[in-house]
Amino acid sequence: MINKIADSVAQAIGQVADGATVMIGGFGTAGIPDELIDGLIAQGAKNLTLINNNAGNGDTGLAALLKARRVKKIICSFPRQTDSHVFDALYRSGELELELVPQGNLAERIRAAGAGIGAFFTPTAYGTALAKNADGTPKETRFINGKHYVLEYPLHADLALVKAERGDRWGNLMFRKAARNFGPIMAMAAKHSVASVHEVVSLGQLDPEHIVTPGIFVSAIVQIERRATQGGGFKAVAQAKQEQAHGDT
Amino acid sequence: MAIHKRSKDELAKRVAQDMFDGAYVNLGIGMPTLVANHLPPGIEIVLHSENGILGMGPAPAKGEEDYDLINAGKQAVTLLHGGSYFHHADSFAMMRAGHLDICVLGGFQVSVTGDLANWSTGEPGAIPAVGGAMDLAIGAKQTWVMMDLLTKQGASKVVPQCTYPLTGIACVKRIYTDMATLECTPNGLVLIDLVDGLTKGELEGLMGVDFAYNFDQPHSPD
Repeated sequence: MINKIADSVAQAIGQVADGATVMIGGFGTAGIPDELIDGLIAQGAKNLTLINNNAGNGDTGLAALLKARRVKKIICSFPRQTDSHVFDALYRSGELELELVPQGNLAERIRAAGAGIGAFFTPTAYGTALAKNADGTPKETRFINGKHYVLEYPLHADLALVKAERGDRWGNLMFRKAARNFGPIMAMAAKHSVASVHEVVSLGQLDPEHIVTPGIFVSAIVQIERRATQGGGFKAVAQAKQEQAHGDT
Repeated sequence: MAIHKRSKDELAKRVAQDMFDGAYVNLGIGMPTLVANHLPPGIEIVLHSENGILGMGPAPAKGEEDYDLINAGKQAVTLLHGGSYFHHADSFAMMRAGHLDICVLGGFQVSVTGDLANWSTGEPGAIPAVGGAMDLAIGAKQTWVMMDLLTKQGASKVVPQCTYPLTGIACVKRIYTDMATLECTPNGLVLIDLVDGLTKGELEGLMGVDFAYNFDQPHSPD
């Protein structure tokens, strides 16, 4: 019998080797699997390469993983946020390596890994500083049907941590609103994909027409009690500052 | 005569005036989001957000925020009837492959041939962040930039060649500024309109760039 429902976060994540590549879903605070990240911190693997759109907010979740010094490299599109102080400090001190990738290239490189694509040509970033390799050499380009393209390689991972809304024991998933973001493609691109869900339902209760990620892409599911996603990013910080300023006067 | 510069809202209104019924539109973070407040009555556009939303609606009432439903700037938004959610690879497919009719972006510099610099000032030691800027700039059927013409120091942001790191090459079709609306062409810059109190010659002087040729200019005394 197939049963991908794990009893605990630790069981769902299992063993993670030092030096592993870990994808973590989320955009802003929507879709960040905080409980799974806490599980990864507890598991203890170090020298990780992280793939996420951002580089952590505040001091919890992703930022806590960075703060615990478990990460040697982060691959992301938008690390700088008003409350990304943990990343900022580690990056400035040279303790954390950054590979900056345009967001669409990040998404497509993840998708390509999950889809078995060897590499692909994309027009994004052609002629810019981001069409260069880490050593500064230019990435391979090609002129196709009147347009310039850059060769990009897939991003594979050992582990993906994804936040979903509802799942069943076969691993089928549904997501919630814009918290879906990177979840479905990351689940496809990792050897071991773990999804947190707020509801576990019996087989057949998810409408097959509405299943977003079929269970074949999911290794384990763990149920997490629902709590409302907190705001993050520019607005929340600006608002907090404004409220503080008003409080001071 | 004093130059009547467009306020942020007047500029947003000017941009919105060129939107057409049925357009799929992405409004970049910052000033471009104001365009949504000024759409002409009677037209329906579908707003796209890079994080997987089509049919994005206005901000919710205070207390009604759901932070699983946010825009690219991480602000709480709503979904209109007919709206949809999708994952990031689909969202950027919409951007990259020209499915979006218009994207409106902010800019640090735009060159006369439509090169855009809007993601980095290249300052040493600054933490780089690009987000979806490069995908948006080159992917939409039309990329419009919305910005003040001059920096706070008075330097033109419309330039012969960008000195800041590029976001995309020859990707900007129109530049909407507080003083004039311009079109980038392979042959150079074309003037579409300018605000009252400003002549074409004065505008060229402010930019340090001459126009290739002009459209009709009812407001230009030149």
